[in-house]
Amino acid sequence: MIKLIGILVVALGFAFRFNTLLVVMAGGIVTGLIAGLSFNDIMTKFGEAFTTNRYMTIPIVLTIPVIGLLERYGLKERAEALIRKTKGVSAGKVMLWYLFIREWSSALGLNIGGHPQTVRPIVAPMAEGAAVAKYGLIPEHLSNDIKAHSAAMENVGFFFGEDIFIATGAILLMKGFFDSSGLHVGVWDMALWGLPTAIAVYLLSWHRLRRLDKRIEREMTKKQAPQPETNPDLTASGGMTL
Amino acid sequence: MTNLITIDYIYYLVGIIVAFVAFRIARNPEHPSRVGSALFWGLFAVTLIFGKVMPNLLTGYLVLVMVIIAALGKVKASPEKEHPQEEREAHAARIKGKIFLPALLIPIITVIGSFTLNKIHFGHFNLVDPEMVTLIALGLSAIIALFVAKSLTKASYSVPINEGSKLMEVVGWSMILPQMLSALGSIFAQAGVGDVVSKMVGDVLPTQYAFVSVAAYCIGMALFTMIMGNAFAAFAVITGGIGLPLIVHMHGGNPAIMAAIGMFAGYCGTLMTPMAANFNIVPAMLLDLKDRNAVIKAQIPIGIPLLVINILLMYFLVYRF
Repeated sequence: MIKLIGILVVALGFAFRFNTLLVVMAGGIVTGLIAGLSFNDIMTKFGEAFTTNRYMTIPIVLTIPVIGLLERYGLKERAEALIRKTKGVSAGKVMLWYLFIREWSSALGLNIGGHPQTVRPIVAPMAEGAAVAKYGLIPEHLSNDIKAHSAAMENVGFFFGEDIFIATGAILLMKGFFDSSGLHVGVWDMALWGLPTAIAVYLLSWHRLRRLDKRIEREMTKKQAPQPETNPDLTASGGMTL
Repeated sequence: MTNLITIDYIYYLVGIIVAFVAFRIARNPEHPSRVGSALFWGLFAVTLIFGKVMPNLLTGYLVLVMVIIAALGKVKASPEKEHPQEEREAHAARIKGKIFLPALLIPIITVIGSFTLNKIHFGHFNLVDPEMVTLIALGLSAIIALFVAKSLTKASYSVPINEGSKLMEVVGWSMILPQMLSALGSIFAQAGVGDVVSKMVGDVLPTQYAFVSVAAYCIGMALFTMIMGNAFAAFAVITGGIGLPLIVHMHGGNPAIMAAIGMFAGYCGTLMTPMAANFNIVPAMLLDLKDRNAVIKAQIPIGIPLLVINILLMYFLVYRF
């Protein structure tokens, strides 16, 4: 039981909104001390895990300079303009299309996408552009909702698409676990039994996105006249036809 | 077999980019927290470049210093002026749809590279380390995309450096959060936190009922994933502690179905936890969302119903096939 105190430290730290890095480190130090590690042992553990997990930083650091350059030269504006030419597209539909592509391409073993590579420069601006094309400029909280849902679709598509393919980390991990437990379980069995959930999450997301579209519609038709001061950035581009 | 291109080269490149961030801050007299921020990014660059050769204890203490700097509120973004909208519009009108090309090259080259680079050998040499082929392919695709973007826009090298640094400063100290949480996970694992959790579940719940075992396993996967921020870490612990002994051995369930749906139950947890920072917190920062939990809030209404669906699916399938 006492071993769980580290979890309590982390939960309380998050609840009281202390700096997250500090909370995480404190949780690790407390748990380590209780488990009988010395302070230097704990620092060694932190250093070791920090080093072996450097790969987590690669996608964001490497793609950010390219994406930053492209954004400076109008990538987001182009994405918005492109979607504005397509008639009858809503923010939710843009995101659903992205989810569809992301989920089923992952299922074929094609890992395209990612938050810095596609969500920030392409998906979120396109979804927002679709809403702007339909209703004129939108208030900040709706724009934030669209961004958050775009990021959510990236996660959902990646997580629940990937495991339907046999050569992914998750399937290999399960296979390794069963092998070491003396059970023989086929990789295709595990991959295919993932299909019902993969379909369920797609339908669930479709429902969530439809609700988001409805909410945007309700709010934007209620106050017909958009206030230009809420988001001047979009007003400027709203009138342009590129 | 020797590998010509290893992941270490990619780490050097990443480290050098991060070092540029530190350098840019150190040269900016108007930066609101020049010393602290430059030191934070500088130390991060050191851990990226020299991580392999430095003793882990030293890396640990460097991380401790970074955490203290961040906790004191000394990691701040430089004040930046947005470049005028009209300038971006003008560029956009000139370059048109071609602006998407470099952005699309990144995933395309990554996918092609990860299927082909590991098949190239010269005698006793592999071109790339086959274990790390996807990340190496990503690194190469980013470099190629950068050159294509540069020739397309005719921008100078200062543009990607400045714009990249700017975006990284926006993400700020959240950048090291994923690595920190992995470290916490490994300490939790060593202390045996997972065994305590799965033992508690087994003791408290009436697991002689087949449905209760399924629910305990799925909820256990989701909860422990939320604690660890990582479904992979939860899988071995919860499957070993609850899944195998109860669902497979006690009630005769199908292990393939249990594992497939169980991992997805874990992912429901990933959608709902700040501990999965690289999926939930860093993207919120990257999208300029004020609320760093905004992505999690958008995902909870998917995560909870999906967890229920997973429990029902597993219950109806795992004992039948």
